[in-house]
Amino acid sequence: MLHAGHIPDSVVGARAVPIYQTTSYVFDSPESAAQLFELKQYGNIYTRIANPTTAVLEERLASLENGTGAVAVASGMAAQFAAFMTLLSPGDEIVASSELYGGTVTQLTHTFKKLSIAVHWVDPSKLEEWERAITPKTRALFGETIGNPRGSILDLEPLAKLADAHRIPLVVDNTFATPYLCRPIDWGATIVLHSTTKFIGGHGNSIGGAIVESGTFDYSSFPTIADPSPSYHGLRFYETFGHYGYLMKVRAETVRDTGACLSPMNAFLLLQGLETLSLRMERHVANARAVVDFLLAHRCVAWVAYAGLPDHPQHALACKYLGGRPGAVFAFGIKAKDGDGRAAGRRFIEELQLFSHLANVGDARSLVIHPASTTHQQLTDEELARGGVAPELIRLSVGLETTEDLLWDLDQALLATSR
Amino acid sequence: MGSGPGVACDITLNTELTADQRRRFQNVDTIRRLLRESHTIAIVGLSSDPQKASSFVATYLQAAGYRIVPVTPRSGVILGERTYPDLASVPLPIDLVVVFRPGRECVRVAEQAIAAGIKAIWFQLRIQALEAAELAQQAGLTVVLDKCIKMEHGRFSGSLHWAGMNTEIISARKAVGSAAR
Repeated sequence: MLHAGHIPDSVVGARAVPIYQTTSYVFDSPESAAQLFELKQYGNIYTRIANPTTAVLEERLASLENGTGAVAVASGMAAQFAAFMTLLSPGDEIVASSELYGGTVTQLTHTFKKLSIAVHWVDPSKLEEWERAITPKTRALFGETIGNPRGSILDLEPLAKLADAHRIPLVVDNTFATPYLCRPIDWGATIVLHSTTKFIGGHGNSIGGAIVESGTFDYSSFPTIADPSPSYHGLRFYETFGHYGYLMKVRAETVRDTGACLSPMNAFLLLQGLETLSLRMERHVANARAVVDFLLAHRCVAWVAYAGLPDHPQHALACKYLGGRPGAVFAFGIKAKDGDGRAAGRRFIEELQLFSHLANVGDARSLVIHPASTTHQQLTDEELARGGVAPELIRLSVGLETTEDLLWDLDQALLATSR
Repeated sequence: MGSGPGVACDITLNTELTADQRRRFQNVDTIRRLLRESHTIAIVGLSSDPQKASSFVATYLQAAGYRIVPVTPRSGVILGERTYPDLASVPLPIDLVVVFRPGRECVRVAEQAIAAGIKAIWFQLRIQALEAAELAQQAGLTVVLDKCIKMEHGRFSGSLHWAGMNTEIISARKAVGSAAR
């Protein structure tokens, strides 16, 4: 978190990571420039493709996730798009967990459809559903370590074995867990995605995303990575770059062509957050646990869905993959006095003084949202139910405040809602 | 940027070798010494196709200041250098042999290197050449196995880092110019 990816430079020796706020880089010579464009040298051409500040973030994330490398991009959604655009061709299919962030569901359902890519949705807890959904056109399995918004836990190990048996990569979004709580690559995942906007940055000031890859997947029979690339004179990325092939293709083709690059300033701010990831995550999960216990005992609360609780259906998985500490984002339902859960949820949010009502998670400050009217509102009722989002569901992202202050705020808002 | 003078991290990613084999054939200090002290590098199996991995590696090494000597049955000139059919016919002193041949041909290449009195041999990433590596090491050669010389040079010179890759190098010391050379 503090050292990987950054060695103080030989001239200035700046200890903090310098911000290379530049669009482009002067070439050494015409020959060297040509070799950079042919990918025969590692180096910097243009910040849309690579930047030295961003490279520190990339190597540090790769190191934390036990990956072979990473590509940082403009947002989590951009990371997901670039990861899949590199893997897929029109007509390909993916099998995805139905318990995903609403924006992800929208991207996979609607934007991917325009690209003739089909998504098969499965109940993430049922391995046989995953298996049944795989066809000869399936090119990846996709899920979230901790599902948004209900906090279900993905059973990574058998899923990775299933993907392996079909010679396709398991793609895992690890945003809610962060590599501090879980490293999916250690359980067999091939590609790990992050919205670095969340706990990685941790201060709610920068949007960013990243793609990390394990370097252990055999792409030799995977068409998009193994076949000659028409945009690089027939270059075969897997044959030429080996375990770096996938990531080189993400960077040099997909991100180059789609343009969702990270700003160097944001890379610096995300790095600043990353330096304290372990300290913050300890506090996030401790505060989350205190809030969960408080809500469980509260007479105005109908239910709490947190996989750290023994009666949660995925408690055993939370213990296996996350040491029993499944992050700081979870959902609960308000007991509505007249049965109108939707109205009770809205009222509760209006009464809160300290929790910020906004569409984000993983900030240093505690956050609250009512998904049915915000993040998941583009979804149809059917999609909403499939994602496990009830009308009275409130999602909390527990921050770093003094625990007692958070409990006070929740208590007064719950009581006001019940009056 | 360079990786600083005091790097002693074990590099564990992206190899199929056991910990003991890594110690014998992927020693970090040995790799850095070979990169630093070698000047003329014979490349066995260098392709004339500019999109082949061997051509990427040779181009990189030339730009990094090494003289490369192509060893291939095809006579002619590759990347501005005259080709030779085997190591025995190379008239120049060779510091290091880099091998881009299938595993089954590697013992023969190792025997040629031993016969030519060459002091170091490097079998590229994913080449199954354990027998050849053992043979060469027993004959007193310095041996690297299952590593890419371009990736390793990039790792220690700092440029691999620019590609967002995990170099596995941790150092709080100031970098030294270009550490590999």
